[in-house]
Amino acid sequence: MTSTMRSVVGAKAKDAPVDAGVGTSPSRRRRVKRRYRLTPLLLSAGVIVLLGLFFLWPGVLGLTYSFTSYRGFGPMNFVGLDNYAKLASDPTFYAALGRTLIYTAFSVPLGYALSLSLAVALTNLRARGKTAARIIFFLPWLVSPIVTGVIWRWMFGENFGFVNYVITSLGGGAVPWSSDPNLSLMVVIVASAWAGAAFNMLLFIAALNNVPKSYYEAAELDGANGWQRFVSITLPGIAPTSVLVILLSTLGQMKEFAMIQALNNGGPGTSNQLIVQYIYQTGFAQSNVGYASAASMVLLVILMVIALIQLAINRKANQ
Amino acid sequence: MATETMSSSMGARIRRSSRPVTRKKSGEIRRSILPTTMLWVLAVLMAFPLLWFLLSSFKGGGELFTYPLSFLPREWTIDGYARAWERIDFVRYFGNTIVVATITTALTVFFCATAGYALAKYRAPWLSVLALCILSMTMLPGEVILNPTFSVVRDLGFYNSLIGVILPSILTPTGVFMFRQFFITVPDELLDAARMDGAKELSIFFRIMLPLARPIMLTLAIISFQWRWNDYIFPLIILSDPKNFTLQIALRTLIGSENIDWAILLAASVISMIPLVLLYLVFQKYITSSDINTGLRD
Repeated sequence: MTSTMRSVVGAKAKDAPVDAGVGTSPSRRRRVKRRYRLTPLLLSAGVIVLLGLFFLWPGVLGLTYSFTSYRGFGPMNFVGLDNYAKLASDPTFYAALGRTLIYTAFSVPLGYALSLSLAVALTNLRARGKTAARIIFFLPWLVSPIVTGVIWRWMFGENFGFVNYVITSLGGGAVPWSSDPNLSLMVVIVASAWAGAAFNMLLFIAALNNVPKSYYEAAELDGANGWQRFVSITLPGIAPTSVLVILLSTLGQMKEFAMIQALNNGGPGTSNQLIVQYIYQTGFAQSNVGYASAASMVLLVILMVIALIQLAINRKANQ
Repeated sequence: MATETMSSSMGARIRRSSRPVTRKKSGEIRRSILPTTMLWVLAVLMAFPLLWFLLSSFKGGGELFTYPLSFLPREWTIDGYARAWERIDFVRYFGNTIVVATITTALTVFFCATAGYALAKYRAPWLSVLALCILSMTMLPGEVILNPTFSVVRDLGFYNSLIGVILPSILTPTGVFMFRQFFITVPDELLDAARMDGAKELSIFFRIMLPLARPIMLTLAIISFQWRWNDYIFPLIILSDPKNFTLQIALRTLIGSENIDWAILLAASVISMIPLVLLYLVFQKYITSSDINTGLRD
């Protein structure tokens, strides 16, 4: 995606097909030109309409709502920056935002490490049974967020969960996986790494296959061991993909909603209520549309800042 | 895999060509023990939660909550499945979900292909703006602007209808950029040659370019079907009548209750996954072996 962005911005009429009608009469050329202008418009008309209806319009509408006390029906009363001022001193909002940041800060590195390990294990030339392992690794991708939540809730059940059963069988005490806020968040983090690993693994496999094999052979001749080769050849070789994976999973984790709803419903209590759930609760359950939209706008700004920082890091790394 | 093994043994031959064949062979096996073990430890770790969940669904309601737990059910039963089937109107929810997932996927593939082609093969300032707008959708996901999207769908008159779920999820930046990347790799000479022959622009796209993109179409179709099958947040806010629920929302009603009936919940969750698993087993090579390097996330 980062490369896409660069090429989108950078590719200026490099090989414009507009000149195809060279040598023909001016009128013919103009007609050709017009035809080429119309075709892309025709081709992207559907996407333009959808983009306008379900991205730009809601975006503008959300910004408008955030300055009003709109409640989902009736008149829209303009309240200026009231919602934002209220938000700035709302402990529930800060709690949700803070919890989301903590969740992201742990789940992104864990997911990164897991998906990279899967990819490395799958691209190792000497490992056997890769076809079967690849199918197994990919199975969690099929599982919906709701069912992922159910699976891990079942694994980490306090009374009859598998994990606590193993712990008590080994002589430990039952761990309060669902009544302790931090432990409960930990289960969500593990579940998210498990669920998201397959897709990032695909991105890593493509990147790993592109690292020149000769580098490894040279390093092996120089006596570098496996770990040294990984750190000084593999990691730098896949750096752009790493940035992409971290960017996409950060954005994905910041908007986590479905899986945590099924796993602990933001509990115990509201201790693990993440930001999208907060927006959903405020905007739909309490019908505080104006206020929820203000929270959305804050989240959008945060996401944009994260994306821009990571793109900037990537650009620097490429220079 | 065969080629991988071959190239690695070839490499070994070059490095230790003077050694006897048997020693080389046993060396190969010894050196593959560690990577193979690592691979399969990871496979077990990834598969275990699923396996435990699947096996638990065949245990009776009593056995689920009796110590000591056993990995395999002591008594296999499909009681949970029978009760889940009775409790949840699966036929209806499967129907709704299939309608949503298939229609959305077909439209997604079509619109993403046309737009991706336009972005790859034509140059105009407004096309760059369009590309940037679509790209920014990855950074500013629709899930975040829930209320306004809901208002738009409601004002269009699609509240509580499947169309209201389908329309907002057709456009995915991932799909557009998958096609764009692909069409960039198609040589412009092909396009020019077709133009010389007097082919119309649109028929070049439909007759030549679209058939070339068939692998991308399949990959995106499978990915998109999975996304839409598992979608949660938009169906949740847009559908209010249980008659129109999709599977995920129906499952949610089982979790929402205070006392979860685990036997039903486990079985219902397994049932909800069957169509996707079958689809995956048939088409898995289109996903797991595709060289995907665009931002694949929705």
